[in-house]
Amino acid sequence: MRIALFVTCLADTVFPAAAKATVRLLERLGHEVVFPEGQTCCGQMHVNTGYQEQAVPLVRRHVRVFDPYDVIVAPSGSCVGSVRHQHAMVARRAGDVRLASRAESVAARTFELSELLVDVLGVTDVGAFFPHRVTYHPTCHSLRMLGVGDRPVRLLRAVRGLDLVELPAAEQCCGFGGTFAVKNADTSTAMLADKMRHVLSTGADVCAAGDASCLMHIGGGLSRLRTGVRTVHLAEILASTEQGGTMSERSEPVVAS
Amino acid sequence: MTRTFLGMPATAPAGVGHLRGEEPFPAAARRALADAQLRRNLGHATATIRAKSAGVIGEVPDWERLRAAGSAIKADVLARLPELLEQLEAAVTAAGGVVHWAADANEANAIVVDLVRATGSDRVIKVKSMATQEIGLNEALEAAGIAPVETDLAELIVQLGEDRPSHILVPAIHRNRAEIREIFLRAMPGVDPELTDEPAVLAAAARRFLRQTFLSTSVAVSGANFAVAETGTLAVVESEGNGRMCLTLPRTLITVMGVEKVVPTWRDLEVFLQLLPRASTGERMNPYTSMWTGVTPGDGPQAFHLVLLDNGRSAVLADEVGRQALHCIRCSACLNVCPVYERTGGHAYGSVYPGPIGAVLSPQLTGVADNASLPYASSLCGACYDACPVKINIPELLVHLRDQAPHPRGEAAVMAAAAYAMDHPALYAAAQRATRLSRLTGRRGRGLPPPLSGWTAGRDLPEVPAQTFRQWWAQR
Amino acid sequence: MSAREIILARLRAALDPAPAPVEVPRDYRRDGAVDLDLLVDRLIDYRARVHRVAEAAVADTITGILPTGATVVVPPALPPAWLPATVTALPDDDLDTTAIAAADGVITAAAVAIADTGTVVLDGSPDQGRRVLSLLPDLHICVVRAAQVVANVPQALTRLAPHRPLTWISGPSATSDIELNRVEGVHGPRTLHIILLP
Repeated sequence: MRIALFVTCLADTVFPAAAKATVRLLERLGHEVVFPEGQTCCGQMHVNTGYQEQAVPLVRRHVRVFDPYDVIVAPSGSCVGSVRHQHAMVARRAGDVRLASRAESVAARTFELSELLVDVLGVTDVGAFFPHRVTYHPTCHSLRMLGVGDRPVRLLRAVRGLDLVELPAAEQCCGFGGTFAVKNADTSTAMLADKMRHVLSTGADVCAAGDASCLMHIGGGLSRLRTGVRTVHLAEILASTEQGGTMSERSEPVVAS
Repeated sequence: MTRTFLGMPATAPAGVGHLRGEEPFPAAARRALADAQLRRNLGHATATIRAKSAGVIGEVPDWERLRAAGSAIKADVLARLPELLEQLEAAVTAAGGVVHWAADANEANAIVVDLVRATGSDRVIKVKSMATQEIGLNEALEAAGIAPVETDLAELIVQLGEDRPSHILVPAIHRNRAEIREIFLRAMPGVDPELTDEPAVLAAAARRFLRQTFLSTSVAVSGANFAVAETGTLAVVESEGNGRMCLTLPRTLITVMGVEKVVPTWRDLEVFLQLLPRASTGERMNPYTSMWTGVTPGDGPQAFHLVLLDNGRSAVLADEVGRQALHCIRCSACLNVCPVYERTGGHAYGSVYPGPIGAVLSPQLTGVADNASLPYASSLCGACYDACPVKINIPELLVHLRDQAPHPRGEAAVMAAAAYAMDHPALYAAAQRATRLSRLTGRRGRGLPPPLSGWTAGRDLPEVPAQTFRQWWAQR
Repeated sequence: MSAREIILARLRAALDPAPAPVEVPRDYRRDGAVDLDLLVDRLIDYRARVHRVAEAAVADTITGILPTGATVVVPPALPPAWLPATVTALPDDDLDTTAIAAADGVITAAAVAIADTGTVVLDGSPDQGRRVLSLLPDLHICVVRAAQVVANVPQALTRLAPHRPLTWISGPSATSDIELNRVEGVHGPRTLHIILLP
């Protein structure tokens, strides 16, 4: 299958390891991955911060860039959520009915990674090997906006060597929420503290999730407290094999000050 | 003022009632987050109610169908609100009640004060009611020399503690049993000095304290959960029996109700009486529900007044996206599942309507500028939408209201520049390189500058890799 | 312009353009067989005390509940056979509230009971009396006939007359106001007995 990669601006710039892992994984499964060059950002940050008008050109660009492809994948539940639940709304609010209907069409062909693997490609055992104790944070937008359900967990259970431990209060938000983490930094930190407490209680050495943004948040906290627990994107785990090595690149935070 | 102006949708006036906070949410939240006792009380209470509610909702195989029906009934109500209110007025009047209309909090307070004065009573007993909290009725009554006695246990705790309510359903949720005992010992006249902090003992103390007041007060003020347009029937849903006392014993009953509480038909109650108890207190049915239609000769109050309140609701209704906030049946499920509410409590929201529903309802009732920080008091995690028994899409509303909120000038400039760069790939690539450079300086420096410093106060920044994904892809 | 005219004009202006008419989906459960055991289970779960006896045994059952000489409030048309000789009846011929509040208990019939939720509904019929009768005494004995039991809330509403004063009772008076735990016993009767007849 020919699959267009919607890399997301965050993975492109800050977490390329997750995006490269997505490419390696899909190619290993025998699919062709293409990278539409004109893509930038889905505009979610603008929409969620109250700048829908500024998001219109970003929605237009996204739709133009991805419209030619039958299947589109992003290693992010949040960005897929924006494509699926916000793009048409933004277009409609701007009075562009044609853009709204094209956005809906693109959205129907856009999948979060675990959805693509399980629903479109029909695979739960991707042949991965990852010999670590892992706990999985479901991320709000994957869980509630997309309803990915247990797809990521099914994928993780099939990974050889992986010891999956349940995260207490897994469904609670980690406190990221985009600009929420800046505008309401104290509340965000309080939410993060509880998330980290739960992660640490599992004894896992890796906290996994399907969203680079939430991982940046949780990982930033775990790193600041020198917990020794690292955050790893679901794609990186699924891309790991006995032959290819289990961690080609590190993507955890470093000390900022 | 012209007739045209008077007849246009209007927000709730300032200077009366409790819809506006004194400080922005982040500042109030910061203080609340530092209160370890509050954090513990809220964490315990919300975890308890979440588990209870999930249990009884799990028993109902058609929960999603009930939610869909509840949402649709409310949408239908809003679409036909004027005619339903006229129908309700006719039915209540035919059954011996008197209907009053109040365009805002001041008018509603004046109507109630006049009605109480006409009875000659200097005291009213009150059933917990969000509408009367919203309009500041207690303050208006006190100013008129009339003593309002809150009879709901949690409201009594708040009133005796000279505190503010912090939850829609359980206004004293921020207090634990030990604190409640202290408040009773300090402020409840005639209380047993040997009072323990056993919940049953505390409840019994409230029973003893209020019993004589119930029996000797001739006027009651209530809110309403539902009002049926076709029959004129009012419904109040409660637990303790204080509602029954107020709705049964006095000679005069005054009910203050937001206009959106009307439902079209008797049959519609079959949906809400299933949704509300399971979503709110996590019970299959709350202990007591009272329904009355006008006046029943020989049974209960012989004078019944219904005050229909706008106070900003017409402005909410005017927003095609925002009006779904008027579906709210005040169950509090969204508060109980909200990770922000669970940590900050209700006072941080300023308004009597806290939590996710408050973050969308309060700014709409007052105009967004008067509650500009509330639409941002959410991580958009979506738990509230899943929990809402009438399917209010609160995350969608939050985003909608953020678009209307006044934006800081610096932020607006940054967002515009970012959008411009992201729509120009060459600029975007340059910005990516700049991110890498700023990282290099940041490693030597002290984290990010304000307003981004909130991030680096508690979290490390990721190391920006030497190569972006698209550079890697281009070299493959 | 009156406040009434102002509000109605505001609401009409707010609804311009007119929203599309709404169709309410009613595919939730309305049918359902009555399960008396479920009713009993639900009642007990909310701390009501349940007695399943034949109608002839009602008086004896009440004898077992109320001590000899107890005063009980009695609505005008309560079946006399339900009253044991061991209690002192206070018939409601316009009793004042003090007398009602001072009674040891009250006995009423019911209009409807709902198995799904463990609820009994009183509608002020002569065998149930004014609302205040079942409110002030600390103990309420409510006699329910099996034929009055319905499966669920929708079925209950079809049986009830909206113009009557209705009191829906699910267990004794309770509160969740202290740490969100349900505690029995605030202002309403702290003890609720349901006598369920075949």
